[in-house]
Parts: sequence; structure tokens; C-alpha cells
Amino acid sequence: MEGLWAKTLLLAIPLTILLGGLLPLRRGWRLLLGPIGGWALALLLCLFVPSGFLAYLVSFSIMASIFAIHALGLNIQWGYTGLFNIGISGFFAIGAFISALFTTAMPSGPIAAYAQQAFGLEMPFLLGVLAAAVASGLIAFLIGIPTLRLREDYLAIATIGIAEIIRLIFQNERWLANGPQPLRGIPQPLHCLVENPSCGWLPGPLRAFLSPLQPRDYIYFYLVIVVLFVVFVYLAIERAIRSPWGRVLRAIREEEASTAMSGKNIFAFKMQSLVIGAMIMGIGGALYAHYMVSIDYSHFDPLYATFIIWVMLMLGGSGNNKGAILGAFVIWGVWLGSTFLTDWMKPLLAAISPALPARSPYIRYLLIAVLLELILLFRPQGLLGEEKVVSQLIEED
Amino acid sequence: MNEPRMDRDPPATRVERRARPLVSLGRARRALALVILIGLVVFLILTTQFKEVSLEHLLSLGVWGVMLGGIIALGGIGISLVYGVLRFANFAHGDLMTIGAYVTFALLPLLPRGVPLKPFSFGWEFLVALILTVPIIGLGAFGIDRLIYRPLRARRSSAVILAMASLGMAFFVRSIVYLGWGADFRFYYVGRERPALHLPLGIRVRPDQFFILGVALLLVFLLYLLLERTKIGKAMRATADNPELARVSGINTEKVILWTWLIGGALAAAGGVLLGLNAQLSPMMGWWLLLPLFAAVILGGIGNPYGALVGGLIIGIIQQVSTAFLNPAYAPGVSFLIMIIVLLVRPQGIFGGRSGG
Repeated sequence: MEGLWAKTLLLAIPLTILLGGLLPLRRGWRLLLGPIGGWALALLLCLFVPSGFLAYLVSFSIMASIFAIHALGLNIQWGYTGLFNIGISGFFAIGAFISALFTTAMPSGPIAAYAQQAFGLEMPFLLGVLAAAVASGLIAFLIGIPTLRLREDYLAIATIGIAEIIRLIFQNERWLANGPQPLRGIPQPLHCLVENPSCGWLPGPLRAFLSPLQPRDYIYFYLVIVVLFVVFVYLAIERAIRSPWGRVLRAIREEEASTAMSGKNIFAFKMQSLVIGAMIMGIGGALYAHYMVSIDYSHFDPLYATFIIWVMLMLGGSGNNKGAILGAFVIWGVWLGSTFLTDWMKPLLAAISPALPARSPYIRYLLIAVLLELILLFRPQGLLGEEKVVSQLIEED
Repeated sequence: MNEPRMDRDPPATRVERRARPLVSLGRARRALALVILIGLVVFLILTTQFKEVSLEHLLSLGVWGVMLGGIIALGGIGISLVYGVLRFANFAHGDLMTIGAYVTFALLPLLPRGVPLKPFSFGWEFLVALILTVPIIGLGAFGIDRLIYRPLRARRSSAVILAMASLGMAFFVRSIVYLGWGADFRFYYVGRERPALHLPLGIRVRPDQFFILGVALLLVFLLYLLLERTKIGKAMRATADNPELARVSGINTEKVILWTWLIGGALAAAGGVLLGLNAQLSPMMGWWLLLPLFAAVILGGIGNPYGALVGGLIIGIIQQVSTAFLNPAYAPGVSFLIMIIVLLVRPQGIFGGRSGG
């Protein structure tokens, strides 16, 4: 089988992280068994799962991980601070477009006639992600100024507004990012790994090892990148939440007035939470852009890029970072799985009305909306619920 | 979760709330509203100097803005009432307008089709469908409350959870519209001519638009009568002012809530139908109106239904007139800017509704 070992190596990294983080064992055992189990599982997957289905699983995990990053960002804002941001799609879009503009090349030659963009800086991927985070945080800062001193509804309305306006701008301004046409050719980091000949700077043996990989196997590598970002964001938030800073955020959420009386600057803490959450969403947007290669305004509609992330966090459990990640995987699975459901329902729908089968994709909208109401009504704490003890100093039982 | 917070308003605003009448408009506030309006007119006259915009066109846009303002007011009043009585921002309100428009669309073919009532583009059957739609959506809004919001209230969920539930309902209602009628634009009367009248000063207005404004004003007048002259109206105002006090005074809060949804839903339905009559129906029509709706409500003072009327008219006019200078796609952006300015300068709105504290 072509590239079996290279694929196994790439798959083993996320699986090691998953097992190393989740196995219900002591730390030493986890550090030992994580890599062994990860390797074994990766090898089994590569050997026995049909490669088409494995690729489907990998691309599923990439999208779910990108959504997990958004859900983690939202968890800072909503789960820990109680900020009601329903304009995630705006930060999503800003992150995606800014990173794309920073890393693509200005269109030249015949392409320039029908592709326009404000600038193309050809910067490396990581700088694009950084720019996305900064831009997203800046927008959040501007939104926070008029709204964070007011009741939480005002932030909600303002974030809905800014998200719609960002979408309108990317839809209408041709000069900015090709307007209603997609912005194409967003570079994928280290894509040369799967090309032939491979990246010039790699040492010879490694090049030989990776050479069986085809360009369509790039997703295995991108999964590693995305998972590393999830781990980085997750660890950073866990660290921050277990610090005094994190406890102030939770205090603001629970009892704003008495936190203010304890001498905390409510506005400043809320602003920090809003901006950091938005920066994480910007990173998520950037990862999305580099995965899709081609993006346009229609990717960032409120259902797909805001509402579904809310349902992910609410299902997983707001105030719980593991819950945010779990929710992202479950809901993305439900979302993709519901296509099978609607396909299966098509004969039934056709019997009701001949126009219905063509509209069956909207059944998924209905399902997701119903799911949110059910969570709110019957399990408001989500699957995992909030972690109550978040101090490093207190021993957990 | 965010359950244990029953009353999250800081103490200072509670004092203020008692002093805030739902109706009486202070003179200073009137003056401020006037200043804003004058400023608007001055801005318009100044900008005409720079851009090739004819005064006739601007006047026409202004008149259309009044019509649009009437529609925004009908939706905004519902949002404001719900906010006043139930204290949460109802993000599903725009989509209630959408489904109202589509229910009328569904009723039209069931009714015998009459000749158009000249000079309007519609016949009697449209009026009948409109009158049938209004209670249907009112009851529908109440049904949603029974199904979702009331159980949440019973658990003392915070206002944000209710707002989130309403966001879910917004997507729910919209997906029903999508399933029922598809994503394409629809028209109440396909291919019927809708000539514009030529009025003095070069203003061009379609007769339908006068009908829209007329219905909006009539409904607002009926609401005024209901709020000021009936017992339930008084109870509603009392609950909006201070729910705890209203409850201990023996006001049946659940009955007040019932009426709030009936009225809010009914006005939203009427607004949606009128919006559809003005142009066309689309599943996103209500969602796109959400920003102007909230801008109007905040401008007029959230929780204050009369403020929503004035806010609606101001936002409607500004949105329409802005299209002379800006790409019309950005009209919601203009409402958004106004809303942000209001939040910065006077978060309680020009007539000071429930505070933004």
C-alpha cells in the first residue's frame, strides 16, 4: 500500500494526543501508553479502513477541530464570562479573509482581470494566522466599547449587527476580497510535503519517506496542524481559567455587582475575555480558509458559522473546555449525518409534496434548532457540565 | 450555568426604573429628538451639495422611509413589549414577521380572487387574508411561549438563556418557511402593475405604500387605545414598569404575558405582510430586518412601545435616504451605526425606556 508508513506517522500524532489526554490512567502511564496506543491505532486504521472512508474521517475531524477552536473561543466569552456573542460568523469571516489576504499573492497577468483583492502579502502561514487573530480581536475591541457596560442583550444585538455587516462588506466590495466571487488560491502550509519532488529543505531520508504521499493525502498533514492548534488553544485556556484572572471572569458571570464591589474592573475583564475569545475565533477562521483554499462570503452565514457553534458549546457544556471540543465533534457528526437522514426521508417527503425533496436540506436547519431548544429545556448544563473546581491549589478528588 | 442570577440589574438602575414612566415624555427628551432630526436634515442638505442627488429623489426616499418606518415600528413594538414584560431580547421576532407574510401568501389562493381595489394592487381577498393571518401568528407566538419560554421561566433561567432560546426559534421558524415555500422570492400578485402616483414636489409613491402606512398607523392607534384605555393595557404597563410590584398588587402576570405575545405576534404578522406587499417575500426578509428593528427599539428606548414607533420612523427614513448616498446593500449597516451612536450617547434611548444599565 502506497505511503502506509507516512500516513500512519501522520495519523499517529493526533491519536497520540487524544489517547494521551483522555486515557483514565495516571500521568506516567498515559505518557507511555498514549504514543504506543496512538501508533497501533493509526496502523490499524490505515491497514483495515478503506482509504476513501479514512479520508472522509480525516476531513471530518479537520472540520470538527476547526469548529472546536471556535467553540473554545466562545467558551471563554460565554462559558466563563457570560458574554452573549451571537456574531461568531463575523470573527470567523474576518479571520478567514485576513489570513487569506496576508498569505496569497496579488493576482497578476490574465487572472487579474477577473480576480481582485486589496492586497496579497505572500506571508507565511503562521503570520497569516497571527494577523487573523489580531484583526478579529480589534473588531471585538471596537464592539466592546459601546456595549460591555450595558446589559448583555446589547452585546448580542451589536455582535449580530457586526457579523451581518462584515458579511455584507465581503459580499459587495469587489476590490477587497473579490466580492461575491470566491477568493481562490489560498496557500496550504507545507503543501510541498505531499508534492513530488518534496520540499527542497527536507533531509534526504525524510523526503524518501514522504515521497509516496499524493497531493490528496495533504489532509492527513493538515489534521496534524489543526489538532496542534486545538491543543495549544485548549492548554492556554485551561491555564488561564485556573489562574486568578479566570476566577475573576467566573465571578463576573455569577455575581457582577459583588465582583465590582471587590474592586475588580468589570469592564476591563469583560473586554479581555471578549477580545481573547474573538482572537481564538479568528485563528479558527484562518485555519478554515487554508483548509478550503477558496472562500467567499456565503460560507459565513449566521446558521453555519454562528448558530451551529452555539449548539456545539451548549451541548458539550458551557464552562467546560473538554465539553466544547466534544460538542464540536458530536454536532458536526449530527450535521453531516443528517444528510443521510434527509436522503433516506426523500421518498416520504415526495409523497407529501413534490416540491419537498428539493428542500430537504432545510430539515437539518430544523433539527439543529430543535436540538438547541431541547438542550436548553432538558439539559442546560450540557453533556459534561461545568467544572466547578478550577484552582490548581485545591486537590481534586 | 448561569441559573442563579435572578435580577442582574445593579441596584442603581432599579431606583431609576421606578421613576421611568412608560408614557410621559420629558421635555428635554423631546428636545433631543428634535435636535437629532434637525441634524439629520442639515446633514442631508449638506451632502446634496457634494453628490449629484436631486431633492425630488430625496423627498421620495423620505416618504418611502416613512412607510418602511411604519413596518419597522410594527415589528419593533412587539420586541419592545416583550422586552418590557419578559425582559429578554426576542431574536425570533423578525422571523415571526417572515412567517406572517408567508401565511398570508398561503391563504391567498384559498380565497376567491376579486378584482384589484384601484388604485391598490390587491383585492378584497388580500385584506381578508391579512386579517386572518394576524391572529394566527399572535397565537403562534403565544404557543412558542408555552412550549419553550414558559418552562424556561419556570426554571428561573436568566434572560440570556431566553434570548438564546429565541435565537433557536428564529432558525426554527425560518427553516419552516424554507421547507414550506423554498428559498425563491415570492410575490402576492405576480405580474400585476403597480404604477407610482406623481405627487407635488416630484414625489413618486405607489398607492400600496399609502395603504402600508395607513394600516401601520391604524394598528398603532389601536395599540394606544388598548394600552391606555383597557384594564389589560394598564396591567401590561404596570408589569413592564415593575414586574414584582405588579405581581404583589394582584396582577395576573401570566395573563399579561399572554396578551404581550398576542399583540406582539399580531403586529409582527401585520408588519411582515406589509413588508411583503411593498416588495416581495423571501425567507430572509425578517432576519434582515432584525437590525433595523433593534436599532429602532433601542433608539426609542427599549421597553417603550411608543418609543419604538418614533424610533421606527427615524430609522426607516434614515435607511431609505441613505440609499441615495450609499450602496443600498449597506442600509442595515446604517441602522447599526445609529444604534451604536445611541448606545454610546444615550443607551436608554431618546424616550428612556428600560435602562441599558
